[in-house]
Amino acid sequence: MSDRAGIIIVGAGECGARAALTLREKGYEEPITLIGEEFQLPYERPPLSKQALLADSVPQPRAVLSEAAMEERAIRHIAGTTASAIDKTMKHVLLADARRLPYDKLLLTTGAVPRRLPNAPAGPRVRYLRTINDALALRPWIATGMHVAVLGGGFIGLEVAASARSRGAEVTVIESQERVLQRGVPDAVAEVINSLHRRNGVSVRCGVTVSAINIDDQSVSIDFQDGERLEADVLVVGIGAQPRTELAELADIAIDNGIAVNEYLETSVKDIYAAGDCCSFPHSLYDGRRLRLEAWRNAQDQGIVAALNMLGSACSYDCVPYFWSDQFDHTLQIAGLVGEGRMTVRRDIGDDAFILFHLDDEQRLVAASGIGPGNKIAKDMRLSEMLIAKRIAPPIEALATGGNLKSLLPRAG
Amino acid sequence: MTTWIEACGADDIDQEDVVRFDHEGRTFAIYRSPDDQYFATDGLCSHERIHLADGLVMDDIIECPKHNGRFSYKTGEARGAPVCINLKTYPIKVDGDRIMIGLGS
Repeated sequence: MSDRAGIIIVGAGECGARAALTLREKGYEEPITLIGEEFQLPYERPPLSKQALLADSVPQPRAVLSEAAMEERAIRHIAGTTASAIDKTMKHVLLADARRLPYDKLLLTTGAVPRRLPNAPAGPRVRYLRTINDALALRPWIATGMHVAVLGGGFIGLEVAASARSRGAEVTVIESQERVLQRGVPDAVAEVINSLHRRNGVSVRCGVTVSAINIDDQSVSIDFQDGERLEADVLVVGIGAQPRTELAELADIAIDNGIAVNEYLETSVKDIYAAGDCCSFPHSLYDGRRLRLEAWRNAQDQGIVAALNMLGSACSYDCVPYFWSDQFDHTLQIAGLVGEGRMTVRRDIGDDAFILFHLDDEQRLVAASGIGPGNKIAKDMRLSEMLIAKRIAPPIEALATGGNLKSLLPRAG
Repeated sequence: MTTWIEACGADDIDQEDVVRFDHEGRTFAIYRSPDDQYFATDGLCSHERIHLADGLVMDDIIECPKHNGRFSYKTGEARGAPVCINLKTYPIKVDGDRIMIGLGS
């Protein structure tokens, strides 16, 4: 190890940890410092709305990087503190505890935070879900005898609803749009999710306007514009997330729906990169349109690409957007951007699973969305992702009839 | 000592594909490579214990259906995030049209 400043990664989630791992895997020998505001080791977040809530015993977060793995790789983990400023001239990061750390290159993986409910009092009966501590604090509320109101019919809200119902709680999902999963999920898939929740005893109320939320030490009540009132024990708020850009803003780094990076994940400031939920990037599959993705796979892949580029590669980030969600016994998966499609072809996989293939005007596959129990659709979804990445225009018949999607892929050699 | 257990028929697995085989409370994944060789590994991903038989085989790689962790099914070696723990592999022999997996006693 030299006495060079090395690489600092601000944000010790999936993305930051994956970047640190990749740097060492690729032979980087200078110091690596991972700064995280939580005290835990870097851990995986997808289980927080599922296994962490469903488990009978208090769950341990699943580490991305164990203490031993960090020690073995000489990754310095500064936990329980935040970076408060960047000195671009001196190439230093200033920590909230007044420490000043030099860097050669800096990676911002600051993630996102749940969007807060305006004008709602904070307190134990209002819950958000982003961290393991959030999940632990939510667990006592999702039990038999409790009534859980979930504000927001997006992925987090529905996953929490499914977990809470599975734990025996009475659950009401409140969604202002006409259906759940309004953003990025086609009607047919959302309808299956909707039915699944209703079948399992979740009350799903769509197209309703909340006029007031009243929370005190004893209860939660939600007033709707039509005069109805819903009483609950706890309110879980899942109304989206906001990228954490404060540090970048302070350093005058360009912001555009997140920290703006180019296709190599470089920010507007030399030697500073950003990756994961906190950044927006131009995507070559979508004519360079700027996207910001809040998905585990994106966080993982961008962490890897940022690491490679900090080591001198010029890898453009062009992975197909990919998202999955588990609710009850079903898995929903989306590859690509559904909104890019102009026509849809349906493939049924058994009785209760299907995939919708979304094609553009030139009949190229631009997205696929599917749902089914267990991992029934996984193989075809993964192949769809590969077809989307290669801009393949598959024969419609082959998509619809259930032929092997692998045969549509061009093979090397 | 190795005990040979019949896992499946040779034609039960397509080329470049995988099937699940359960035996005495354990789960295995049996693979057929593009050049018609057979291999066997533990059946559950070492990341989150998902059945690998639901995953995708490409060349000599099995990819977990859930989080797309990759392994070489020939050696069991973990080849891609998020997996880092190798899979155990098992010997295979082809007996006529049957595939036999070798399990330690």
